[in-house]
Amino acid sequence: MKTFAYIDHFKGEVQPASWETLGVAKSFGSASAVILGSGLDALVKTAFEFGAEEVLVADDPALVDYRVEAFASTLSALASSRTPDLILFPTTARTRELAAMSAIDLNTGVLVDLTGLSLNGDKLVATRPIYEGKLNEKVICSGKPVIATLRARTFPRPAQDKSKSGAAIKIEAKIDSPATVEGYEVAEAAVSVADAGVIVSGGRGVSNNPSLTPPAGMDEKQAEVWRAQQGFKLVGELATVLGGAVGASRAAVDGGYIPYAHQVGQTGKVVAPDLYIACGISGAIQHIVGIRSAKLVIAINKDAEAPIFKVARYGVVGDLFQIVPALTAAFKKKLGKTMILTKSK
Amino acid sequence: MKIIACIKQVPDSEAKVKAEGGQISWGESPLVINPFDEYAVEGALQLKEANSGTVTALCIGSESAKEALKHALAVGADEAILISDAAFNALDTQGAARVLAAAINKIGGADIVTFGRQTLDDGSGLTAAQTARVLGWPMLGLVGHITVEGGSVKVARVIEEGRQIVNAKLPVVMSIVQSIGEPRYPSFMGIRKASKANIPVWSLSELGISAPTAFVTRTELITPPSREVVCEIIQGDGPEQIAETLADKILAEKVL
Repeated sequence: MKTFAYIDHFKGEVQPASWETLGVAKSFGSASAVILGSGLDALVKTAFEFGAEEVLVADDPALVDYRVEAFASTLSALASSRTPDLILFPTTARTRELAAMSAIDLNTGVLVDLTGLSLNGDKLVATRPIYEGKLNEKVICSGKPVIATLRARTFPRPAQDKSKSGAAIKIEAKIDSPATVEGYEVAEAAVSVADAGVIVSGGRGVSNNPSLTPPAGMDEKQAEVWRAQQGFKLVGELATVLGGAVGASRAAVDGGYIPYAHQVGQTGKVVAPDLYIACGISGAIQHIVGIRSAKLVIAINKDAEAPIFKVARYGVVGDLFQIVPALTAAFKKKLGKTMILTKSK
Repeated sequence: MKIIACIKQVPDSEAKVKAEGGQISWGESPLVINPFDEYAVEGALQLKEANSGTVTALCIGSESAKEALKHALAVGADEAILISDAAFNALDTQGAARVLAAAINKIGGADIVTFGRQTLDDGSGLTAAQTARVLGWPMLGLVGHITVEGGSVKVARVIEEGRQIVNAKLPVVMSIVQSIGEPRYPSFMGIRKASKANIPVWSLSELGISAPTAFVTRTELITPPSREVVCEIIQGDGPEQIAETLADKILAEKVL
């Protein structure tokens, strides 16, 4: 089977789940990595290191900003001329749009956010969660090529061999974007929750530290947000020691404690970390659905009846403002040093 | 300004969804407007207020989906149209996009078509971009802020890396996310107006298209194994001792 593995990136910064996609592509036969953007030499080298047999690249200053129309047209033209059987993407906000539009261009279907993909005879059968993970469905695509996006941190990541390299095959960019990018306001998040191996999350409870006195002149709401931000500092310190990302419940985001990019759960991001520590999160159904794929869940909450304890392996019923700093100190001692950022499995 | 908000009706988020005899069942739980689509309606109403114009709510579904459209009317949409046909049972997202594009053309086009980011049921998040592609209009995904000036629109897209500011000429398709603001509640007058509204139903023949081919087909439904976790509550003499024990337990699980 001839497969394209689309390598998703933001200005050259790769979404590591792209390598998982490349690994799955290789398991089905010949795998071509496809990279669109500008200034891509380093990324091309890495694609060879992760096992791409060939790397197809549209490296054009006009593609420096992701715009779905230009990227979709470039990809669709490439697929029309090289006729792959399968185009694989890692599931990200960008690739959902890109896969969607390319499917219209190529007159085929998209299998989205898969947790399984296997060959049954010569037919690809995919598994995907639906209804917020309450059910799984098996789906097939009768169009050609089959277009599929794979959920991050679900498929094995191939080993990287730094000795490998190769020459990219240049392809033409189709620059037909009807929209212009004016600029960016970039978020401060050090590690994205979507790809983190460890996530430490805070909920409404992080704003409830009674021992803090807010600076004078704040109204009630400002004082609440200030208190919550002090609470998130403790959450952030634990995340840093563990090399993880800071997450948040919807209640914390709606309360204005922390930006939306950190939100975990059905209305935020569905995550699949190895370790998830929920601090002051009661565990609304939408949040629990979002962390279903976490390997180990820890809950710290003062309410012993909180639903979060029903999905946690270990729990502490207590004051997070005492437990979280103590846990940070304990890990500092036991790990000897702060762990490096664990972006990959 | 002409605005069309595309919505879907789905089982409520609290519903216990199960596979029963190869079919999806949600018991007695109510069907509601897809919660993500409430932002599509809210964004459309904000656009109408800022620029004057009309909001049309558009929905593919069975007769029951009129209730979702009535919600849109109750919060302030001017009119609502249901697209319904027995042939829609097997519709996949690209098929839905072709039907919606045909309906948008039959309405006479629009300046802005809004969607939610995804639905709670299928959760694909593809239909907005596919509708834009069928129409040949720009797609502005995950929009959190909108300003219209002359024949152009400027939006802030909420992306993983922050916010991307994008400019495009109208008409456009956009998906709207929660940064737009909390959806408004129906007013008493709105609910009365909606309950009396006559919602036209368009079939395939009225759209002048044949049933689109479905490329994606479900072959099996599986109930995921329930996660049987027994939570071990860590106790100890003060926070330090509890933290020590918990850290040892976590390290023993070898997840770090």
